[in-house]
Order: sequence, then C-alpha cells, then structure tokens
Amino acid sequence: MTITKLVLLELWKRRSQLITGLLAITLGIAVIVAIQSVSVVSEQNVARNLDNLGANILVLPQGASIDDYYTCDIDAPTLPMDYVERILTSTISGVDNMSPKLTRRVKAAGQDVVLTGILPKSEIASKPLWQTAGLIGTEIKTACAPDQAANQSHGMEDEKLKRKVIDTLNFNDCMAGSQVATKLKLSANSRVNIMGKDFRVVKILPETGTVDDDRIFANLKDVQQLLGIENQVSAIEIMGCCNAISEGLLGQLRNILPDTRITTIGQIVSTQIETNQLMKKITLVMLIIIFFVGGISIGNYTWANVNERKREIGILRMMGAGRAVIYRMFLLKALLLGITGGILGYLLGTVAGVVLGPYLAGIAVKPVYLYLLWSVLLAVAISVTGSLIPTWLAARFDPYNNLQED
Amino acid sequence: MILQGDKIVRQYKHKSGVINALDQVSFMVEKGDFVTVTGPSGSGKSTLLLSMFGLVRLTSGTVIFNGQRIDDCSDRKLTEIRRKSVGYILQSFALIPYLTTIQNVMMPLALDRVPAGEQLKRASEILDFVGLSDRMDHLPRELSAGQQQRVAIARSIVHRPAIIMADEPTGNLDPALSLEILEFLKKINREQHITIMMVTHSPVAAEYGSMKLHLRDGKIVIRNS
Repeated sequence: MTITKLVLLELWKRRSQLITGLLAITLGIAVIVAIQSVSVVSEQNVARNLDNLGANILVLPQGASIDDYYTCDIDAPTLPMDYVERILTSTISGVDNMSPKLTRRVKAAGQDVVLTGILPKSEIASKPLWQTAGLIGTEIKTACAPDQAANQSHGMEDEKLKRKVIDTLNFNDCMAGSQVATKLKLSANSRVNIMGKDFRVVKILPETGTVDDDRIFANLKDVQQLLGIENQVSAIEIMGCCNAISEGLLGQLRNILPDTRITTIGQIVSTQIETNQLMKKITLVMLIIIFFVGGISIGNYTWANVNERKREIGILRMMGAGRAVIYRMFLLKALLLGITGGILGYLLGTVAGVVLGPYLAGIAVKPVYLYLLWSVLLAVAISVTGSLIPTWLAARFDPYNNLQED
Repeated sequence: MILQGDKIVRQYKHKSGVINALDQVSFMVEKGDFVTVTGPSGSGKSTLLLSMFGLVRLTSGTVIFNGQRIDDCSDRKLTEIRRKSVGYILQSFALIPYLTTIQNVMMPLALDRVPAGEQLKRASEILDFVGLSDRMDHLPRELSAGQQQRVAIARSIVHRPAIIMADEPTGNLDPALSLEILEFLKKINREQHITIMMVTHSPVAAEYGSMKLHLRDGKIVIRNS
C-alpha cells in the first residue's frame, strides 16, 4: 500500500466526479490548442504570401527619403557597401535575404532609363515573381513561418550562408524590364549602349507591374564603375521575417547601422504584424480566461472532494499521516488530472483544429506535436494551482472534528 | 509508567460561556495496564482519550508519554508519535470505505513507509490473528459490524504500538459481538503486552479494566486499580 495507490483507488471509486473535473480541464486545453493550431498555420500562410511579395525592409542613407529611392536622382545620397558585411557578420536573425542596389537615372540608347546595379542571385531571390519565369531555379523558403524547428536548428554559420550574396551576373551583361525592353526595342542577346558602354541583354524580365518593369539591371560592381561610385549603394533591400520585424528586427538593424534610415515597405508588413500581434493577444486573453476558469473549476472540484473526504482525512491524521501526506494525496490527484486533461485536451484541440481549420480559416491545419508538451504543462499548472487552496485547508483540518463526522 | 496526565484542562468556548470538558484531570498509566474510562455523556471521556496524543489540543496541563513530555510538541512530532506508538479504535470503526480489509490494515504501515512485502506479511498475520484471513479482499461494506471492528482492531495493532486508545469500541455492537471484541482486546493486552486505554459506556466493558477511571463534569470522581 502506498499513498499513490490510495490516490488511484480513490480516483477510481469516484470516477463520475473525476469525469466532471477532467472535462473542465480537457475542454479548456482543447480550445487553446485549436485556436493556436489554426492561428499558427494562418500566420505561416500569410508570412509565405508576404515573402512572395518580396523585400519588406529598406536600408537607406541617413538623409534619403523613399522618394529618392524611387526617383533615382543622379545626386541621391548613398551608403557604403560595407554595411552589407555588417549585417552578414552580425548575430541578427530574421534576415531572409539581402539585396544591395545602386540605382541611377541614366541615358541608354539615347533615352532616359533607370539603371540598377544588383548582386543578381540575391536580387532574384528577393523577387519571387522573377523566379517563376525560370531565371533561377531555386525556390525561396519562407523564414517568416513561426515555430519552424528547421530554422531554429540552423546555427550562425548556416544563417550567414543563407544570407551570403553571390555574384553570378557577368560584367557587361544586363537584364531589361519588360517596359524598358519594349521602349528600347530590346530582346534577348541584343545589345544596348548605356552611358557609352555596351551591354549584352541576357534576359528580358517578365512583367511584374512594378517600377522594375522600367529598369535595366546590371552587375552592381559594373554599375558602380560605370557611375564612378565605387563601394557605394543607394539602398539595401532586405527580406525580413515578419515575426522578426514584430520582435524588433528594425531596432536591431538600427543598432548596427546607426547612420542609416531603416523603414518597412508599405502597409503590408505593419498590417501583418498587427494581425499577428492581435492573434497573439487573443490567444493570451483566452489563455488567461481558461487558466482562471479552469483553475476555479478544478478548485471547486477539489474542495468538494476534500469535503466529501473530511472523515477520511481525519482517520489518516489519527493514524499518523502528517500534513505532507494530505498535500501529496490531493496534489498528486491534481497532477494526474492535469496530465490526463492535458493529453486529452491536446488530442481534442488538434482534431478540432484539423477538422475546423479548412472551414473557419480556409487553411489545412497539421498537428503541432510540441503543443502536447505545452498542453500537459499548462493543464498541470491549472490543476495544481486550482487545488492548492483546498489542499492547504484540508491539511489544516482539525482531525478530531472530522472524525466526528459520520 | 507509560502515560501520565497532570492537571489536564480542556476548555471550549461557547456562546453561553466557557465549558470545561476536562478540569484538572490527573492520572498515571503503567505499561501493560488495561484502563477503562467511564462516565455519563458529556463527562469528557472521549476528549480525554483524544487529547492525549494531540487529536484534541489541551488548554493546559502536562502529558508525559514514555518519559517524554508531549503536550507541547509540534504537530509534526505528535503525528510521528501517533504513527509509531499509538493505535486507535473508534466506535464507528473508521475504515476507509474504498480500501479492502487488507489495504485498510496496511495503511498504518504505508504511512510509516514499511516496504510493500513486509506490509503484506504483517497485515496477513494480524488478520489471521483476528480471524479475518478469509475476508482480506472484502470492502468494509461487505463485512458485518463485528468484522469491521475486528479490522479496525487489526489496523490498530499492525504497527506494534505501545498503547491503544479505544473510544467506545463496542458502542455499535450487540452484546455478543461486544464480548467478542472485548475478549480480543484482552487478548491483545495480555499476549502482545500492549497498554489499552478504553472509553466505554458499558459497565460490562468497564469490568475488563485493570484500572478504572470514572469521569463526571470533566473531573475524575472514581479511581480504582
């Protein structure tokens, strides 16, 4: 005979009451798991869509405005190329891709065009619309998706490798946007004279509906030499993980690049951040409500159980059971209730998320196995916390008075 | 001497005033004694019995057990003394309803962290001693009143206590069963040399005592030994 066996026998004897207590905690955990499962996949989906839109952070020279970035005036301010290296060698995470650019309005074939110097692979990687045209075969992996174990497992070296920019666009080669190609009557393998230098057009880029359609893209170093602006860029476009942005990526970048202007592009990021934060707040509020409601339910269940077992507590105290034994009896029961409720709540919540996800959010939800651990921990915390006061009172019952109850 | 009470007072506060359940009670119990405590209802018999080892806290007075003063001990120390040295038998049997006969008997050993094998061996021997070896797996509700009280007796002696405190152990039993239980207690007292202090209403039961105390209004009015 042990106290654990006593607890198990009592649980079995009063199993109908057990089901009531278990139901309260199971449903609470199930609601949290279901909401969290759906919202996480929803965040991943939106983040993936955001990635597809391209860069979302701009690093500009201190005095530059967004207008400067788009108008590409000849005297627009620049920033040192070394800043790319600073980001690469920092420990900042959440930078999915970087694209340093030097952009100027120049004459090509006698007409005004915008020439942009790029590091091609990173540039193409930051423009998924171009990838679909078969310019580059690699698909961008979204780094914005939360809770990606794969991302977490990458060490610093992997992060640096991922961000590393690779120059593969040859000198004297260029790519033309669809509008500028039409305007200058350019085709693949044709040649174009820019500021007195001949470039071979290696590709006409597909129409994107953006300012890129009016631009000619050449190797960054080529453009820097041509414009006489060595080791300078107009801007660094960054594809930042939206979660990282919401968690302070901009601030971290500002710390390592103090003399620059860092901003997010458009409302999309801020809207997404707001949506993610709203979801997190809703989940947190639900969590707090469920913690209290669940805790009160379990507390009520334990208090009823304590009252029902007053005489038994008196008998045990009479036989020499210390207060610690009474604590063990009720808190062990709460622990078992929490573990069982956590597992059942996880299963129920996951099934609800998988089944209801497609209907409620239009997304396919997959089980998040890590939530099993959190469910059990949360359920145990609720159950044990809810049982503390009734148990404390039970341990302080006067044994004599309880022995009189029959 | 195994147990001594000196000028024991236990007061209860009531809206009508302070009630003296025990009023300057003094007595001495020698090892191996069979003490019976009699008296009318409300005379303080049960209070005296339960206050000896801290189930009821005294207002004043001294209790000495095995040469050690225990009335001022902590709850933890008194709990340990009850667990190791005292067995209780109550009128209402006080068995845990969802435990079988043998599980009920093993409980004092479980509280003292005796290994499972030893628990089983000792509980089986004691149940054999009280004649219930064929009822080991029965729940209390499946036993007669006499059998339930024998389980309670078995539970009170399984941990080899120095003293048994019995509060009206025959109060719920018919005369024949009462005699059976009293004979058991006498047997335990003689064969196992366990001191017994028994509260009873019954004059027949009172006659089993080698020392007899009679209480009235919280005071010992008759003392025979």
